Amino acid sequence: MLNRYPLWKNLLILFVLVFGGLYAAPNLYPDDYAVQLTGSRDVFQVDQVLLDKVTASLQREGVTVKSSELSKNAGLIRFPTGDDQLKAKDIISKTVGDDYIVALNLAPTTPSWLTAIGAGPMKLGLDLRGGVHFLLEVDLPKAVAQKLENYASEIKGRFREEKLRYRKMDSLDNGALAVKFTTAEYRDKSIELLRKEYQEFTVSGEDRDGDFYTIINLTEQAVRDIETYAIKQNLTTLRNRVNELGVAEPLVQRQGRNRIVVQLPGIQDTAAAKRIIGKTATLEFRLEAKTAASSARTEVYEFRNDLGRKATLEKDIIIKGDNVANAQSSFDENGQPQVNITLDSKGGELMARTTKNAVQRRMAVLFVEDKERTVYKNVGGEQVAETIRYQEKGIISLATIQSVLGNQFRITGLDGAGESSELALLLRAGALAAPIYFVEERTVGPSLGAQNIEMGVMSVQIGLALVLIFMILYYRVFGLLANIALAFNLMLLIAVMSMLSATLTLPGIAGIVLTVGMAVDANVLIFARIKEELANGLPPQSAINSGFGRAFTTILDANITTLLAAVILFAMGTGPVKGFAITLSVGILTSMFTAILVTRGLVNLTYGNRQLTKLSI
Amino acid sequence: MMSTYKIYNFMGLRKVAVLFSIIMLVVSIGALAVNGLKFGLDFTGGSLVEIGYEQSADLNKIRDQLKVVGYNDAVVQTFGSPTDILIRLGQDHDPKLGDKVLAALQDGETQTLTLRRNEFVGAQVGEELREQGGLGMLLALFMIMLYVAFRFQLKFSIGAVAALAHDVLIVLGFFALFKLDFDLTVLAAILAVIGYSLNDTIVVSDRIRENFRKMRKESAIEIMNASLSQTLGRTVVTSLTTLLVLVALAVFGGEMIHGFAVALLVGVFVGTYSSIYVAANVLMAMNVCREDLMPPEEKEQEIDDRP
Repeated sequence: MLNRYPLWKNLLILFVLVFGGLYAAPNLYPDDYAVQLTGSRDVFQVDQVLLDKVTASLQREGVTVKSSELSKNAGLIRFPTGDDQLKAKDIISKTVGDDYIVALNLAPTTPSWLTAIGAGPMKLGLDLRGGVHFLLEVDLPKAVAQKLENYASEIKGRFREEKLRYRKMDSLDNGALAVKFTTAEYRDKSIELLRKEYQEFTVSGEDRDGDFYTIINLTEQAVRDIETYAIKQNLTTLRNRVNELGVAEPLVQRQGRNRIVVQLPGIQDTAAAKRIIGKTATLEFRLEAKTAASSARTEVYEFRNDLGRKATLEKDIIIKGDNVANAQSSFDENGQPQVNITLDSKGGELMARTTKNAVQRRMAVLFVEDKERTVYKNVGGEQVAETIRYQEKGIISLATIQSVLGNQFRITGLDGAGESSELALLLRAGALAAPIYFVEERTVGPSLGAQNIEMGVMSVQIGLALVLIFMILYYRVFGLLANIALAFNLMLLIAVMSMLSATLTLPGIAGIVLTVGMAVDANVLIFARIKEELANGLPPQSAINSGFGRAFTTILDANITTLLAAVILFAMGTGPVKGFAITLSVGILTSMFTAILVTRGLVNLTYGNRQLTKLSI
Repeated sequence: MMSTYKIYNFMGLRKVAVLFSIIMLVVSIGALAVNGLKFGLDFTGGSLVEIGYEQSADLNKIRDQLKVVGYNDAVVQTFGSPTDILIRLGQDHDPKLGDKVLAALQDGETQTLTLRRNEFVGAQVGEELREQGGLGMLLALFMIMLYVAFRFQLKFSIGAVAALAHDVLIVLGFFALFKLDFDLTVLAAILAVIGYSLNDTIVVSDRIRENFRKMRKESAIEIMNASLSQTLGRTVVTSLTTLLVLVALAVFGGEMIHGFAVALLVGVFVGTYSSIYVAANVLMAMNVCREDLMPPEEKEQEIDDRP
């Protein structure tokens, strides 16, 4: 019999639709306004006692609490309105103090039977939710150069210990170190020492103008390792800093070879976020130069908060910020602000080695900030933008070394409690291994996000309504069937997007709208064929059958080529555009399923197995 | 056998169509050469601040206010509504820029202003995006050419790509001519136009191929006309439904995707036209004939079918 699907095919379609319906369902439940409570450090755990205390104080202030729950190490308190949420945040902050991070959040309200099967709503992109997006670039050549500087200091120390007398050590332009020796014996010994102790170098000797040189090069593997490490450490640092902000669902991710993308959805205080993230600072610990030191070995720096005051420091760096393991601000016996610093083992070793011979000398901490400015150059009558990067170094403390320093010591003499806690925050988050620069920043206010959703949803609704009406007017019963298929298509599209946890963006909504318009194309192709077959004199049942059959290859070819364009768009696009490419690709696939199989199933149910003289098409 | 279908003499107008396309292309290329594309922030790099007013804002006053605080190069325009102000600055990255601009404008203002959006794109990132965008478009065209050559035949593939290049150029030309902002979403729209227009072209090509195999006596021109007439209904209906949703998007979608909707609207119009005239015309110009479309294995099958 023509135009009947076997039972298994009908069941398969039914199964896919029910499955799709289940996974699309969480999007029907609107998010709750919520406040998330987490401990700022491991010692501060959120427990039921604290949660009860918080809800009690909220009730005292007259804020309606919808519910509160305790997850692994965070508390989540839900509110009926956004106003309650904002009011509650201030109250909670006051109640719990600085030991806990209080963050605004949107909590999904997916019922537990849906979460049990792994269903959840689509994520909303920043343009729909409001929030901040940063793209940061890690300066990898600088990371390598910095590491080489560290090596240089280390090697000098080793040479001194081994009593290998060298004249000078220079960094060459190609990123190598050249050490000049007076005798071939010292030179050869140095090569032997370096080859034994440093796997990361290729070491060679060179005789020039009667002098003896050791040339030290980083191996390619070592350079790659340093780069990977630099990215990783920056990622960790940024994650820590982001965590300090208490954002609910932050994204910190490597993008491409040397970039890091940071997204903080739903945060309201964008200024604070930028202040914390944007601080690209490192530290250098150096000894103050002795008065007799030659100017070739010293550098003069200004104080950061005391312009005009200067100090002369040695060029050698004892340790850098990346050796800092932890830092906390507190007050000393006299009530003065101080920062307690803990170093990693290598940092502690280096610090001890240097300060052993430097007690009662003074040690400075240089605060190094990477900045950039754009200058416009006139090249051949055209304005060309060029970004110039520079470092701003300022002394933040110059303190007398009281004793040999080890893994733990403290910096005093800071300007106030504010600065000490700020410095400690940056130190604790772990100073960066390589400088990072902002190359892109997008901030979307929450009101704009809400407006974007509203307008996006409205244009989907209106576009859908127009298409539905048109299809019914033009194709009658078949139009109605196509419309049902189109509705299923939207449902499946949303289900697949939710299952992939894809992010919905404004261009993504545009993609959905476009899919609605284009999804009927397959049905139009089929219906046009059926009409044609009817005109050619085929009986209705055969016309339906051959219409579907003959339109199939056309639909396949047309959709595969469109999919090709969408995939390329996905591969090259970023952020919002990627969202568009995803909805477009998923839409093409789901529309092929619904337009071909679902419509056919519906047509079969309506017309199959019947004597027909006419079709309503 | 095709008696029930009215066959339009599309190809009778092919010389007029060629002329029309050439004029459109010349205007587009001219506009691109003279005006250039007005690249948005995504591609040029720089800073952008969007401020929401309660009442209609006075642009000149805003410009003066910004000059007072030293933003001399600020480009101030409304964004979708007179209460929504977009300010573009050639500034370096400054995390506090949005707040600074807001403070400068709020100064002496009785209504409350809100900072709606603040974006910064580095000059280098913009340049990369421009490069990537162009490259992506070329890659898309190339992949499509390969696929069509594989599924159909080389002449069809050249026809399809000619039609796509035609559409892309005209949409770009439209943006250059009317000095509309060309941002990332518009680039996405153009790639969607490639997808859409291709869809149309493939459907038409598919029918041309089929008819070449089926209609043995007719001339190439007659086959083209028959194929275009048979697919006309579908071409018009699909274009209509797509245009319907795009109009909804352009009118209700808001300013941020307005450029996207406009690019697609233009693209769908041009794409529909090009699938009828450009692709078929190129095929005619290359003297497409029955032999081009008879793969050896299919030939054998047909011989077997004969009684």
